[in-house]
Amino acid sequence: MSLFYVVAFLSIIFALLVIFTKNPVHSVLYLIATFFTFTIHYIILNAQFLAVVNFIVYMGAIMVLFLFVLMLMNLNTDTEPMKSTLLKVVGAIAGGCLLVTLVGSMKTLSSASTTAMDNTGIGLVENLGKVLFSDFLLPFELSSILLLAAMVGAVLLAKKDNKTA
Amino acid sequence: MELEFLIEKTALVLVLFVLTLTIAAYSTWAERKVAAWLQDRVGPNRAGPFGLLQPLADGGKMFFKEEIIPSGANKYLFIAGPSLALLVSFLGTAVIPFGQNIEIFGRVVPLQVTDINVGILYIFGVVSLGVYGIMIGGWASNNKYSLMGAIRGASQNISYEIAMGLSIIALLMVTNTLSFKEIAAQQHGWHWNVLYQPLGFLIFLICAFAETNRVPFDLPECETELIGGYQTEYSAFKMGAYMFAEYINMFVSSVVMAVLYFGGYNYPGMDAVNQALGPTWSPLIGVGVMFFKIIAFIFFFMWVRWTVPRFRYDQLMDLGWKVLIPLAIANIVITAIVIVGFDLFNKL
Repeated sequence: MSLFYVVAFLSIIFALLVIFTKNPVHSVLYLIATFFTFTIHYIILNAQFLAVVNFIVYMGAIMVLFLFVLMLMNLNTDTEPMKSTLLKVVGAIAGGCLLVTLVGSMKTLSSASTTAMDNTGIGLVENLGKVLFSDFLLPFELSSILLLAAMVGAVLLAKKDNKTA
Repeated sequence: MELEFLIEKTALVLVLFVLTLTIAAYSTWAERKVAAWLQDRVGPNRAGPFGLLQPLADGGKMFFKEEIIPSGANKYLFIAGPSLALLVSFLGTAVIPFGQNIEIFGRVVPLQVTDINVGILYIFGVVSLGVYGIMIGGWASNNKYSLMGAIRGASQNISYEIAMGLSIIALLMVTNTLSFKEIAAQQHGWHWNVLYQPLGFLIFLICAFAETNRVPFDLPECETELIGGYQTEYSAFKMGAYMFAEYINMFVSSVVMAVLYFGGYNYPGMDAVNQALGPTWSPLIGVGVMFFKIIAFIFFFMWVRWTVPRFRYDQLMDLGWKVLIPLAIANIVITAIVIVGFDLFNKL
């Protein structure tokens, strides 16, 4: 349990650094560190497959693309757009509302469901695959169709119009 | 956790670490010797017999060179880049089984640091992490050529990871497991996966060249266009760290290919040898066979380097997206049809 607190503390520190650093590239690097601590959380929960997929997809692919775009744009601290005071106030209020909602939902959450999770081995790849392809087949296939639609949309947007070229 | 277990794992990790370093160091020597051989030259022959002390001389040179950090560079990230590249390249060998279980003083010791049931995905993740060293170093150098090299490295790695992942999926359909230990054990004798997945192996091999940034896919450091690519501003041991990381990556890719497709420690007639030599000495022959395969792959990497010219950048992207990915998907479909066909045939 003490390991959890250490890793959770690191997650929060890195997440805060993502917000508070001025340099956008540093910010992305802290975000990568945050995702790494999430991977450790998954391993502590014995969800090996989820841990490795989080590692590959978020740290290995998505964040590389983030970094890629930021490096291409070559943003510096002085080019960072300054928000007006009104926007800052509105942002603070919206964030506060989200916090209240989250705390409210956490309060009603029963803690009974988290206790019996330790030795089920549900996070191992074999069990997870069986569950995904039997009990959760419909949501699984629906989400894959959603991803396919997004992919086709991205290709369509990126493709040049042949008539004008 | 008992003491023997700790000693056993620590010894294995240390041996693996030293071995990786030695092989990487001697790969630099071997590369120059192979190049010399292919070009009908002599190659390094001054330091020691056959130039065998050349890696030590090179290493010593790198430690004593002046280290230059450009004034416009981001200092911390400039140092973090090569460190990360070197660190990440070491992680891969942790899940590799280097031989059968070996019996030492009545204790059965697996020749594998750890057997996690998502071993292949772990390797895949570590490989995809390798690109950060290049990207961070290239960006922190504050040099246009370095940035170009870093961006090329990133886009190349992302593109070829997809084809690599798809070729692994076809392999998984044959093996039915993600654990390296089980995959290696399944290929007992001569049942090597390359016989069942020839196309998959070819795709994996090409992607391995791209992921390790070796010729013909060394566009991130393409010296004719980009001076030195992402390592242009690096000097002394930081440059050495990048070079070392490349050779270690080459070693790890060779290991992975040997285990996944070429049977790892398995060889025809191993049952007879197992019976003749017993459980203490016969696994060592398996380890020898494994390293023979690894060295053959490393030689292949070098052979290709001095044979095939570098791709142009658009050719690289075309090959990745328009040839390898469709081929890998076709390979998955064909594998699935064959597996289902065999099942139906067996039921009749």
